[in-house]
Amino acid sequence: MDDKRLETMIGKLLRAGVLFSAAVVTVGGIVYLALNHAARVSFRTFVAGGPEIRTVSGIAQAAVHLNSQGLMQAGLVLLILTPVARVAMAVAGFALERDRLYTIVSLIVLLILAFSLLRAV
Amino acid sequence: MTALEFTVVVWALSAVAGFLGALTGLGGGVVVVPALTLALGVDIKYAIGASLVSVIATSSGAAAAYVREGFSNIRIGMFLEIATTLGALVGAFLASRVSTHALAVIFGLVLIHAALTSLLHREGSGARVESDALARRLRLGGSYPVDGRREEYGVRNVPAGFGLMFGAGALSGLLGIGSGAVKVLAMDRAMRIPFKVSTTTSNFMIGVTAAASAGMYLSRGFIDPRVAMPVMLGVLAGALLGTRVLVRARVRTLRLVFGLVILALAIEMIVNGITGKV
Repeated sequence: MDDKRLETMIGKLLRAGVLFSAAVVTVGGIVYLALNHAARVSFRTFVAGGPEIRTVSGIAQAAVHLNSQGLMQAGLVLLILTPVARVAMAVAGFALERDRLYTIVSLIVLLILAFSLLRAV
Repeated sequence: MTALEFTVVVWALSAVAGFLGALTGLGGGVVVVPALTLALGVDIKYAIGASLVSVIATSSGAAAAYVREGFSNIRIGMFLEIATTLGALVGAFLASRVSTHALAVIFGLVLIHAALTSLLHREGSGARVESDALARRLRLGGSYPVDGRREEYGVRNVPAGFGLMFGAGALSGLLGIGSGAVKVLAMDRAMRIPFKVSTTTSNFMIGVTAAASAGMYLSRGFIDPRVAMPVMLGVLAGALLGTRVLVRARVRTLRLVFGLVILALAIEMIVNGITGKV
């Protein structure tokens, strides 16, 4: 596999990931507005929300119970994971090309991403 | 405001931001954050959380198209992502410790840089160079299409570019923006990479950089789905439309108008930050 084919594959994966997550966010948004359209909202002062929008396990649980905020947030987490998948695919691609240097480079990037995302588990 | 009104207004603002961001190449984030904070009084932490998510959507969504054109360089992108993701971690860490007013002022200063980039637009530094020793060892050089054939290019000043990229990542994590302007600066000016390769590779890197701060934003509660949902869907819709009309639009005039708008937003952001209104 050459760089160009690898990149094309990764590009397509990214777009599919974005469209899928946008669909999930849209469904969550429809449920949210159907139930809360007349509710008063204000975002003037920052108040951190509960685990149903802040931790991956909380979000997953809320989404499974069709909680609208959990659903929207699940779509957003999927979106956040698409670039992570891109880096993971690059690791695999460079390994298949037997390119040691860039396998290690992309592995380092993957580890940095994992470090950040594991804080939200 | 009711939830429905808020959602519709934010979606529409974000769609316009995404559209203009795609046309000018500056990205939607630079307009979304001031629009939310200045026009709707949204706390800047919710605004940068929502913006960060939309940045991932546009960067990832456009990647396939850029790859097809054959401009982006995956090795340069991946290598420099070490710097941008580390910077993003630092930036996101600072974002929850810096005061809201300070965030607004810093944001304003970055907006001024983005506006100047847009107003004083130039097509790169021109002459191609040979790779220096470090760039050769890292195999960063490549080729890109020029008038139907592929032209080789070299890469220089890797440490300087790496350092600038760390800064770009930190700004991205601190402010929830793609900071594409700084990324292009690092590649085009410092590393002497062709302008077209710099801009497309920058776009490729933006999503990964943003994902590095997203975990921290999520755990701190910066990403509230009631704000992020209309922002992400709006910016994405606007950006998809923007890339379609890109070929036909009069980008020169647009850059000028957009640059001036951003400059005005920047000043308002700084003034509001200093007087404590944001």
